[in-house]
Amino acid sequence: MPITRDEVAHLAHLARLALTERELDHFAAQLDVIISAVARVQEVAAEGIPATSHAVPLTNVFRPDLPDVPVPCLSPEAALAGAPAVEEQRFRVPRILAED
Amino acid sequence: MTAELTTMTAAELASAVAAGEVSAAEVTEAHLDRINEVDTQVRAFLHVAHAVARSAARAVDARRAAGEPLGPLAGVPVAIKDIFVTADMPTTCGSRILAGWQPPYESTVTRRLRDAGAIPLGKTNLDEFAMGSSTENSAYGPSRNPWDLGRVPGGSSGGSSAAVAAFEVPLATGTDTGGSIRQPAAVCGVVGVKPTYGGSSRYGVVAFASSLDTPGPLARTVLDAALMHEAMSGHDPCDSTSIDAPVPPVVAAARQADVAGMRIGVVSELTGEGYQPGVMARFAEAVELLESLGAKIVEVSCPHFRYALPAYYLINPSECSSNLARFDAMRYGLRAGDDGTRSAEEVMSLTRGQGFGAEVKRRIMLGTYALSSGYYDAYYGKAQQVRTLVIRDFDTAFEQADVLVSPSTPTTAFPLGERVDDPMAMYVADLATIPSDLAGNAALSVPCGLSAEDGLPVGLQIMAPVLADDRMYRVGAAVEAALRERWGHHLLAEAPALSTGSEGTRWPR
Amino acid sequence: MAEVSAELVPFEAAMARYEPVIGLETHVELGTRTKMFCGCLTSFGARPNTQVCPVCLGLPGSLPVTNAAAIESTIRIGLALNCTIASWCRFARKNYFYPDMPKNYQISQYDEPLCTNGWLEVTVPDVTVHAGDAPPQRVRVEIERVHLEEDTGKSLHKGGATGRIHGADYSLVDYNRAGIPLVEIVTRPIPRTGALAPLAARAYVTELRDLLRSLDVSDVRMEEGSLRSDVNTSLVPKGSDQWGTRTETKNVNSLRSVERAVRYEIERQAAVLDAGRRVIQETRHFHEDTGTTTAGRSKEEAQDYRYFPEPDLVPLAPPPAWVEELRAALPELPSARRARLQAEWRLSDLDMASIINAGALDLVAETIAAGATGAGARKWWLGELRQRANAAAVELSALAVTPAQVARVSELVNSGALNDKLARQVLEAVLSGEGSPDEVVAARHLAVVSDEGALLAAVDEAVAAHPDVAEIVRGGKTAAAAVLVGAVMKATRGQADAVRVRELILERLS
Repeated sequence: MPITRDEVAHLAHLARLALTERELDHFAAQLDVIISAVARVQEVAAEGIPATSHAVPLTNVFRPDLPDVPVPCLSPEAALAGAPAVEEQRFRVPRILAED
Repeated sequence: MTAELTTMTAAELASAVAAGEVSAAEVTEAHLDRINEVDTQVRAFLHVAHAVARSAARAVDARRAAGEPLGPLAGVPVAIKDIFVTADMPTTCGSRILAGWQPPYESTVTRRLRDAGAIPLGKTNLDEFAMGSSTENSAYGPSRNPWDLGRVPGGSSGGSSAAVAAFEVPLATGTDTGGSIRQPAAVCGVVGVKPTYGGSSRYGVVAFASSLDTPGPLARTVLDAALMHEAMSGHDPCDSTSIDAPVPPVVAAARQADVAGMRIGVVSELTGEGYQPGVMARFAEAVELLESLGAKIVEVSCPHFRYALPAYYLINPSECSSNLARFDAMRYGLRAGDDGTRSAEEVMSLTRGQGFGAEVKRRIMLGTYALSSGYYDAYYGKAQQVRTLVIRDFDTAFEQADVLVSPSTPTTAFPLGERVDDPMAMYVADLATIPSDLAGNAALSVPCGLSAEDGLPVGLQIMAPVLADDRMYRVGAAVEAALRERWGHHLLAEAPALSTGSEGTRWPR
Repeated sequence: MAEVSAELVPFEAAMARYEPVIGLETHVELGTRTKMFCGCLTSFGARPNTQVCPVCLGLPGSLPVTNAAAIESTIRIGLALNCTIASWCRFARKNYFYPDMPKNYQISQYDEPLCTNGWLEVTVPDVTVHAGDAPPQRVRVEIERVHLEEDTGKSLHKGGATGRIHGADYSLVDYNRAGIPLVEIVTRPIPRTGALAPLAARAYVTELRDLLRSLDVSDVRMEEGSLRSDVNTSLVPKGSDQWGTRTETKNVNSLRSVERAVRYEIERQAAVLDAGRRVIQETRHFHEDTGTTTAGRSKEEAQDYRYFPEPDLVPLAPPPAWVEELRAALPELPSARRARLQAEWRLSDLDMASIINAGALDLVAETIAAGATGAGARKWWLGELRQRANAAAVELSALAVTPAQVARVSELVNSGALNDKLARQVLEAVLSGEGSPDEVVAARHLAVVSDEGALLAAVDEAVAAHPDVAEIVRGGKTAAAAVLVGAVMKATRGQADAVRVRELILERLS
């Protein structure tokens, strides 16, 4: 099942990647090759085989709500130091389209 | 003296500094000089931190003068792959999107290395966000292989492997996600170690594929790698996937360097087709050598390893697509196209479009695809099942053998530019290293000679079970010692001298 | 985006033809001291970006570590809601881009929630026929899941109209809230509540709020956003066995709004269906000022959140023994408490229901605890004070009078110091900020004993009745005089000036 240029454009939108027309053409061809190669995982007889999401089987790793030695937060200056724009001690961002 | 200092091992430097035979400042200056002399050719460093290094060296010398105890790496220079965040050096991940970013905090690994007295010299080049096998995906240009400046140093930790091979530094950090420590180590003729996943902390390592990323050392000798491994590893409460267990006794194992009575398994699926003849020849010799040293060689089969590469190229991009979502121009890093009229969404897309290179975009889109609701089961879900099967293959193999061996890479270092436009060709560079990343077990690459075709280094990969990292150090150190005895020198002594103002630095024959 | 004016069908008319189905998704900010995955404090109202660190800012390289108290609170909520606690489950990443979300994914739970398949019984007052007279209806609300996730930052919208997101020029983001643990409690669709649907929705959120409060896991303040409900509403023609298309109403920030939002959606959807159109599956926003909802994002084209197991966090596997320990240590839950109080106060179901419906249970209980009789407490809260609350369109608890003050007024009435008329004057004055009941009585000279001789007699009586206390005061511990002041005040039915009484006592014992 080849991947279409439209699908690549959709993926780029989902991933917030502004691509040029040339990039779309280029990636569509490459992704098609890669996806058909990785689709080989579907050849494996995996009936009843559990999925592994974590390489090492740990469970229940927690930290206490209040640690013995409190971890200091960043100062607002340090938190905002790398920000492209700051106003009123907040991160200034371009206008937000409504989420809902 | 200067040239001698840069050819000394980390172990030698640490004991010389501890004994007061040389100061940390002298060691540091010698290495900074060397970087100054050769890095215009090698291009291993993205950032050389003169002031940070000198101040760390002074601190070590002051401690020594005051009679205070010194850390195990006191006065030993170390280079840091530019994917570890550092509070006093910029961190770019080899990406335009993070150009000039100064993190407000320090990674656990680098903090531990500093606590051990190591002197950070700077940040090394890498494929953007560690995606690649050549450093050609770095936004700041590729590093060069000191063996042949027309070839890649491997990747993604190629800046680190090149810096170590070029005697710019005796130790460097790397991260291994699909082979990103072992593959560059192998093609540069140095030692590279991927510890057991969870054995070294990921806190402060910019995430690429979280369930695979493993920080580890690069060094010129197995013992040096072990010293660094021990200093940087151990449980970290800031990383939920960090294993709360003692660090395996890797330094003792490297000193033991003895394989008598060990069962060593040759993985049939990691040889043969796709492997360069010269690589196979050196590998076969290494296996014979191990047998001559008293090891018992067994052949083991891991039938699902042939699905490891496709499974890896689903799991890795999936996690990557999510991990790299945070680079959105809102809180740090590049912001492009914010002209006051565009929405946040448009600015995010433009920034990511401009800030990421082609390989990063490919992986993000591939991962976005694999996680999409209609495709999840067929791709990501299936890849996770393959991951289980690969782990089971390892479990079975480790019942028959104490460690497993294979060539570290299918080929020696390839020429710059050869694979940049062919992602699949680039991906197969990780053929032999990927299974251990999927399974989380430990693996090490140690130089085992030069390939006959091109005279370039070949690496022997030694894989050990989870938390049995010490076993591969025993084997690696034994191979290293036996080969050194056979050749009469370290492999790097055969590397061509880099042109410098003075007599080139080269491992003494 | 706002609709000019939606057509509505009057509620009763809508109910004659349609059957509503409601469902609720409630987000509760847990009251842990530190955040879900890092050690930053969670205090409300801190200066912007002062409670942030590399983890909750999502800085490159940072990693989450789960707060044990958040897991414990979620399991306790699940147990109190009669849920099954998962023996093994994982966090998942929910991927979508939004500027207030630092990592552009939310750590949440997807197909493996910590708690599943519970229920909560709520009592819905039937006010449709004869207000106050009909027996309350009990509805068992099925709980589909309870899971844990992290909250987002908060945006301030600049430029454009009055801070709204639409038309703003840019926004300012504060990440103090980002990473605060958020429990999501999702009901299954609640059918067959008929015309009671708006009240049932309100009763459920009320009951849930009380339950969470009794567990002490959250401060459950809707006005501060620590409890937020999204209300799903759909309609089907009466007698139909189909499901209707549902809308999801957000921004519902008070109990009253929950009721109003359901009611409005019923009236709106009935008009849509009456006109032969179809209800669009969408998110809608509730507007407190107008009591209406407007359309948000259409959900017809589902968002692809690309959920996958969170690789940075290891699975949760709560040991059964721990879960049983938590179960055994659950406090008395509101339903059990109500039954106990009803028995203690000897009230009929109807009387008890009237207290509950008025949202006065805690107030009555505290008033009784402060010394009032059951009848007195009920009388004042459900009478005079409820009228006042209704007139001001606020909750009873929002009135500027404390249970102790009501108890005092009740006591003054019982002691004969005030009659009901005077008592209402006193309450009115307290509500308008003139001070405590005693201060009001004194200031307005409603019935103050001013005879110094009578006071001295009462002082002597009190000293005689408490020789041990008198001795302590003589010894210099003047604070103990409070006991004697109290005795005199009691003897004078609270109509004495306590300050003067204290002076007289100290003079007498000096």
